[in-house]
Amino acid sequence: MATGTAVDVVMPQMGVSVSEGTITKWSKQVGDHIEADETLLEISTDKVDTEVPSPASGVISEILVSEGQTVDVGTVLARIGGEAGAAAAAPAEAAAPPEPAQAAAPEPATQAAAGESEAAATELAAPLAQPAQPVAQENGKSFVSPVVARIASEHGIDPAQVPGTGSGGRVTKKDIQAFIEAGGQQQAAPAQTVPTQAPAPQAPPQAAPQAPAPSREPQAPGSGETLEPMTAMRRGIADHMRRSLDTSAHVTSAIEVDMSKVVAIRQKLKKEYGAAYGVNPTYLSFIARATVETLRDYPWVNGEIRGDQIVSKSFVNLGFAVELTDGKGLIVPVVKNAETLNLLGMAKAIADVAKRARDKQLTPDDVTGGSFTITNPGGYGTFHGTPVISQPQAGILGTYAIVKRPWVITDDNGADAIAIRSIMNLTLTYDHRLVDGAYAGRFLRDLRERLQTWGEADY
Amino acid sequence: MAEKTYLQAISDGLRQEMRRDKRVFVLGEDVGVYGGAFKVTLGFQEEFGAWRVIDAPLSETAIMGGATGAAIMGLRPVAEMQFADFVSCAWDHLVTVAAKQRWRAGTPVPIVLRLPSGGGFSGGPFHSQNPESSFAHIPGLKCVCPATPEDAKGLITAAIEDPNPVLFFEHKHLYRRIKGEVPDDRYVTPIGKARIHQEGDDVSVITWGAMVYTAEEAAKQVDASVEIVDLRTIMPWDRQAVLDSARKTSKVLVLHEDTRTGGFGAEIAATIAEEAFEDLDAPVKRIAAPDCPVPFSPVLEKAFIPQVDDVARGLKELISY
Repeated sequence: MATGTAVDVVMPQMGVSVSEGTITKWSKQVGDHIEADETLLEISTDKVDTEVPSPASGVISEILVSEGQTVDVGTVLARIGGEAGAAAAAPAEAAAPPEPAQAAAPEPATQAAAGESEAAATELAAPLAQPAQPVAQENGKSFVSPVVARIASEHGIDPAQVPGTGSGGRVTKKDIQAFIEAGGQQQAAPAQTVPTQAPAPQAPPQAAPQAPAPSREPQAPGSGETLEPMTAMRRGIADHMRRSLDTSAHVTSAIEVDMSKVVAIRQKLKKEYGAAYGVNPTYLSFIARATVETLRDYPWVNGEIRGDQIVSKSFVNLGFAVELTDGKGLIVPVVKNAETLNLLGMAKAIADVAKRARDKQLTPDDVTGGSFTITNPGGYGTFHGTPVISQPQAGILGTYAIVKRPWVITDDNGADAIAIRSIMNLTLTYDHRLVDGAYAGRFLRDLRERLQTWGEADY
Repeated sequence: MAEKTYLQAISDGLRQEMRRDKRVFVLGEDVGVYGGAFKVTLGFQEEFGAWRVIDAPLSETAIMGGATGAAIMGLRPVAEMQFADFVSCAWDHLVTVAAKQRWRAGTPVPIVLRLPSGGGFSGGPFHSQNPESSFAHIPGLKCVCPATPEDAKGLITAAIEDPNPVLFFEHKHLYRRIKGEVPDDRYVTPIGKARIHQEGDDVSVITWGAMVYTAEEAAKQVDASVEIVDLRTIMPWDRQAVLDSARKTSKVLVLHEDTRTGGFGAEIAATIAEEAFEDLDAPVKRIAAPDCPVPFSPVLEKAFIPQVDDVARGLKELISY
């Protein structure tokens, strides 16, 4: 067995705004040999899923945090080397949530936007199975004893919802048993919910929303029901979606766009880009490119309400909502300074973030700082939607299926005719606090114009 | 059925087995003419003769060696250490030979070693100890620590019947203080089965010997339902009963009169942590004597041996945790 100084593996700081992460999978077990930089484990934060490379070569002597547990940044997760095996503790396999694998779609298949919350990470309630999380002076309230953790997890109860009578307000076994006998969360949940609030400097200090947060602790499953714990990502999405709807005044406008020119040009460029650069000029990259151009004329759509101030930006950091496999979550990687990219650059940038999302190579800084977002649920044929704005942005563009339709066109002589054209619906969901309907309408009109009149030289 | 002292119950059980089985004999210092330092074998020599109730020389080594040889040759010796503390002189025969004989040669070694143990009467460092954990650690030995007269008789019978070396720790403080109903007929209390001294729901005390009564008094001082598990034997010990109680109450106090470090309570606490971790609502608590020799001074001895107030305080801490 290896001896010598043990190397600690700690929960990495995945970007400035992430304070905790969930272990989704250990790639190695106690006693296994691992090389430096070989993947040791996979973690999930509310922003990204990623692999953690081993900081050293050696035999894994201890695994201290089991799959499914959520711990703070800096927590020691494992030890490599040292007195190997002596204190080996195999992680409990039981409660491991399914690994949120990334979608392998050729272009980001999307749903609503999420994942950019600056707040969600720190606000998440501790998962049920998490044991003692020592907090100075509030130890009693936050410490969950093993039996309470077990009962809570069996009944799907958040111990934080249970009034505690133990030392320092700790929830005792009797407390949680009484809570269950009294009917569980229906009794106590409304009084206990704490609305999340964004502490990040760029987030507006708006009043905390008053709407009751959705109850997170179902009762024991009924007949035909099964329970599974929420992943950190799902909690992050849930919190962010609720907070966004509580924050912005969502209004959606839609417009039909004749994409025939784009279809024709893309057909041509596809071969050229593929051969020369190995890049696929997707429809999304055309739309993104036209959106960036149009945002230049409508800065509030690319803006933000911060406190009682309106923020306009000289840059477009464009987010793309990417769905993970099987609806396990979604992620919004951001292409920074999208205004500096031509069509080729945009296509490359989107392909890059999509690939890194699939390979779990995104860092949290890749998914923060967006100023506007595009979501593309059209891959499944839907022609309309009302996505949720990614806070603190002011708008989100939805792109839908391109469908061949009979379309009235006017020829050069002013005569109307019915032609078969490739039509796409676009929606702009905007925060009506900042963006008025007419402003949004003009944005969509100009965006449509750009796409319909795309010239071969317009890159 | 009659009310008897703890000491009388041991004596009765021993006499009953000697009447029943001619292979059973007694040896030890002053066990014959004098009837034993505590009079457990009073009248035995008159009834069974000097060849079955042997006054041994002042040598625990000789007593243990003789008992081991006799057991190997087919007899059933019941040897007495005048005080359990003196057993250290017998260590080699007991641990090196008797405990391993059956593993080495397949020979049964049916010895009972009676060990008057425990403090509480200013006996000082050589006459007050509870060395059971030292022997619980030796594979091949059994350790019995009865708390009640009924169990004392049933367990001395079981010990004599057992084909292995059995250390019978009889607590001196209980000899004449504790009385209880004891059946007149022969009966066997199985080695390895605990007894629920009193049932409760809020907190468990796992203990044995004289501490059963300390726990009982302490339980009266707290406003909670206390379950007291009397292990009765610590090797083998009734893990299931302990785990059942731990799972029921989720709060466990392990109490013993022996010193703390390496005391048998550590084994119990560790087992609960391993087997019942997810049923615990508080850390397993140990109350035991501090790690020092037993003092002579009554004041110091009182501070040394866990008292009712100490246990009540520990119970309150667990209850309010």
